[in-house]
This record gives sequence, structure tokens and C-alpha cells, in this order.
Amino acid sequence: MSTKASRSAARLMISPAVALLLMWMIVPLVMTVYFSFLRYNLLSPGDTPWTGWDNYYWFVTDPSFQDAIWNTLRLVGGILLITVLGGIGFALLLDRPMFGTGVIRIMVIAPFFVMPTVSALVWKNMFFNPVNGVFGNIAKSLGFQPIDFFAQIPLLSIVIIVSWMWLPFATLILLTALQSLDQEQLEAAEMDGAGWWNRFWYIMMPHLARAITVVILIQTIFLLSIFAEILVTTNGGPGTATTNLTYLIYVSSLLQFDVGMGSAGGVIAIILANIVAIFLMRMIGKNLDA
Amino acid sequence: MARAVSTRQKSINTAIAGTLALLMFFPILWITILSFKTEEDAIRAPLEILFGTGWTTESFAAVQARSDYFKHFTNSVIISVGSTILGLMIAIPAAWSMAFVPTKNTKNVLMWMLSTKMLPPVGVLVPIYLIFRDFGLLDTRFGLTIVLMLMNLPIIIWMLYTYFKEIPGEILEAARMDGATLREEVLYVLTPMAIPGMASTVLLNIILAWNEAFWTLNLTAANAAPLTAFIASYSSPEGLFYAKLSAASIMAIAPILIMGWFSQKQLVRGLTFGAVK
Repeated sequence: MSTKASRSAARLMISPAVALLLMWMIVPLVMTVYFSFLRYNLLSPGDTPWTGWDNYYWFVTDPSFQDAIWNTLRLVGGILLITVLGGIGFALLLDRPMFGTGVIRIMVIAPFFVMPTVSALVWKNMFFNPVNGVFGNIAKSLGFQPIDFFAQIPLLSIVIIVSWMWLPFATLILLTALQSLDQEQLEAAEMDGAGWWNRFWYIMMPHLARAITVVILIQTIFLLSIFAEILVTTNGGPGTATTNLTYLIYVSSLLQFDVGMGSAGGVIAIILANIVAIFLMRMIGKNLDA
Repeated sequence: MARAVSTRQKSINTAIAGTLALLMFFPILWITILSFKTEEDAIRAPLEILFGTGWTTESFAAVQARSDYFKHFTNSVIISVGSTILGLMIAIPAAWSMAFVPTKNTKNVLMWMLSTKMLPPVGVLVPIYLIFRDFGLLDTRFGLTIVLMLMNLPIIIWMLYTYFKEIPGEILEAARMDGATLREEVLYVLTPMAIPGMASTVLLNIILAWNEAFWTLNLTAANAAPLTAFIASYSSPEGLFYAKLSAASIMAIAPILIMGWFSQKQLVRGLTFGAVK
């Protein structure tokens, strides 16, 4: 039971966190929205006139914007496909009885802890490099022409690098969910003559559905913001082949110093992320009541 | 009831899972091996590297000599530990009050805090960059610490809240009945019980801050650059020096790999905001 004193103490204790987050959210957000309506380039000092929707118009009609949206969708879609399917497979496998469970689990999960710049550079140089990379060497020893990953399949290369990091995440979450499944249910089904596929499809999958949704939503939030992997490998190229929305905004704001244009892109990115966030928040909110 | 599983079945499972696990782990294993080779050996064919070359630690020394590795390592430690401690100082009182003195708004406040995490960083890149420029915070450890603290604050509060929630409120009431003040209650009753939860919160947040690669790349140059940015400087042309790149990479990821292995379980709770336990 809370007293009046403890209630006011509680309010006092929560206020720094609320104030800070409010500031962190509102101030830059208002600035971004405001800048997005100005003609504002850091390279041309002077006044920054109001231009209405011009920045949005130019940003959206730029061909690289359409490329960026398309690339973002393919990146997110491709990585989700690999990590969710792979994650289900790994989780089912790791859930089975075996020797050395701890070691095997650690090896699978380890890539998640590798910082993005390291994984990107390691894949780029040690694996994708057509001359000295591991894949190039394997191809040569089998008598094939090595693939020049970043020239021939740039976007897929990024998908591979990022999937390597997120597959362990999906595995870890799905494995945790799988382990909370009531074993007796499975045994009962088995005794009733349900085969492996039926047990998987009618018992495990419904149980996993929630965790899979959570994995998809959380990963989407993070994957919309892929940046470091692109910066250190392809710089968005060749052309705009690996430019996603995040990278495009980075280019217009910090490389071309076009504050107005970058901000307009930022507002678009926020709106896109919010569409995903609404669904995620609803799921988490439901869990909070339970 | 545990099912009896034959040793044969178990061995087959182990073989399949072990092979796949080794494939996943292979890039890390590979750079570990390369980091102990000379530059000439590191670009040989994989089988030659494995079976036909000697070992050396010269790359580690070279990385330190050439690019001042320890400065960036120190930056990473200061920024990740600093942002976590700062975050804890703000989050502990907030999580405490929401867990033990909930009001009808608590759920909304929690959800709102979480929603700040959904904001894509690139959406506020321009204003943050300009604020940093105007206040002279660009390329400072202080500025980066603050930003990473704010980035992770919702996760810290959220994790602490779920851990505090699991502590029975009756114990706190009993302490209050015995005349404990609020300060004593938090310090001597709550804190000891919350230590395991707080430890995993700390661990997860250090990991997240250590690996953060958007703000660290955009807001730092030479001085405050943590390891994420330091490694990015290897993108060219030093990236062609495989042994040195490997040594630098291993040194950058080793501390976090070790911490990560200890915090697997908490990771699930922290990264799914309690939606999967």
C-alpha cells in the first residue's frame, strides 16, 4: 500500500528520467521537422528561407530515393527471411539433446556480439575478397571463377553480413521460447501417434508464433537503420546499389551538408519506423497486462 | 518426465549441430588464427595458412604502435561504462517508483519511454549533429556518453522494472513497518535483492554501448573515437593487411564476446522488452 508521502517521492524519483527522455525525443524531433521546411545548407551560409514542402518534393522525386526505399525493403525482407527461417531451424536443432550443449550454443550466439564495423570488414576482406578471401580461394581450388561479391552482388553481400549478426539473435529468442513449451504436451501428442511434422506444425509453431512476431518486429526496427555495414564496405555503391534510406539521409545531411533535405528524409524515416513500432508496441503492451 | 535418448541419437544431434555451429563461428575463429600470422602468411590459401605457417604475435604489437589502439580502447571503456553508470543513476529511482508505487499512468509512461527507442537515429541525426557542433561536443567522450546513455535509458529502465517487479512488495512493506526510511528501504532491502538483475542490466548495456555504430561513427573523429570507429578506419587501404586487421578486430570484440556469453539469458529479456522470457 502506498502512502501519500511515498507517492510524491515516487513522482520525484521518476521525473529526471521522464524529463531527459522528453527532451531527447521532443527537441531533436521538433528541430528535424522545422529544418525539413527550410532551405538550409551548411555550405551556403546566410539566411535559411522557408520553402514549404520543397525539400520533401525534391527528396521523394530524386531517383536515388526510390532506389533507397527499394533497397531498404529488400535488405529488411532478405535478412528477415534468412534469420527467421534459419533461427527456427537452429532453435529446433539446439533444443534437442546433445553433448556439449553449452559450447555449441555459445558458438552459434557469438556473432551477435561482434560490433558491426568488425563483422563488415572481416566479411569484406577475409571472405568476399575475390583474390585473397576464403570464398575466392575455395572457388579457385574447385576450378570456378571467384565472384567479386561487392561488384556483382552488392546488396546480397550486405544481406549476408547483417544476417550473420542477427541469425544468432533470432535463434536465441526462439530457443528461449521453445524451451518454455510444455514437454508433456509433445509427449502426449507423440503417444497419440502424431508424427514429427504434425507436432512441429500444430504444437511448436503456434507456441512460437508470438516469439516469431517479436523477432520480426524488433529486427525490422534495427534493420531499417543499417548503417555501419554499408559505410565501411560499399559506401552505398556501386551507384546506389546498396544505398538504403538511412544511408541516403546520411549522405544528404553529413556529406552534402543539406540540412533541409536530410531533415525531410529523416521525417520520412521516422514515419516508416513508426508504422512498424505501432505493431510492436501493441504486442509488448498486451504482455504488460498479463 | 525426461525422455530416454539413445547415445547414438545424441551423437548424431551433436555432429549436425556442432558442424553448423562451427560454420557460424568460423569467421571469428578465422580472424583469431589470422591475427597470429605474419602479413605474408595471412594472404595464403586457407589450407596453407592452417597447416603450413608459423605463429607470431607481431600483429598485435603493430596495431598498437601504428594506431594507438589503447587510446580507442580506453574511449570505448569510458563511453560504454560511463553511459551505463549514468543511465543506472537515473533509471534506478524511476524503475523503483514504477514497480513499487504504480499509478494508473505507470503503464503509459513505460510504453512512452519504450517508444522513444523506436525513433530511428537517422531521423534526428541533423539536429543532434548541429547541437553537438554548436556546443563543442563533436568528437568528445562526454557528448558521446550522454547520447548513448539516452539511447539506452529506456532499455535500462525497462529491464530494471521487470526485475523489480519480481521482488515481492511484502518484504518492502515489512521493512517499512519496522521503521525503515525510504532511503534505507532502497539501500538495504531492495538493492541487495536486485543485484543479480542489475548486474545483467549493466552487462547488456555495456554490450549495446560498446557495439553502437551509428552515433559513434557520426559524432567522433580522431580524439573520442571508440573501437567501432577505430576499426572503421581500417576500411581502406589498411584492410588489405589481414593480420593487422584481424588482430585489431580480435582485440575489439574479445571483451564483449566474453561478457555476452555470460548474459545470454538476460539478453532475451532486455532486447524483447520482456515480451519473450
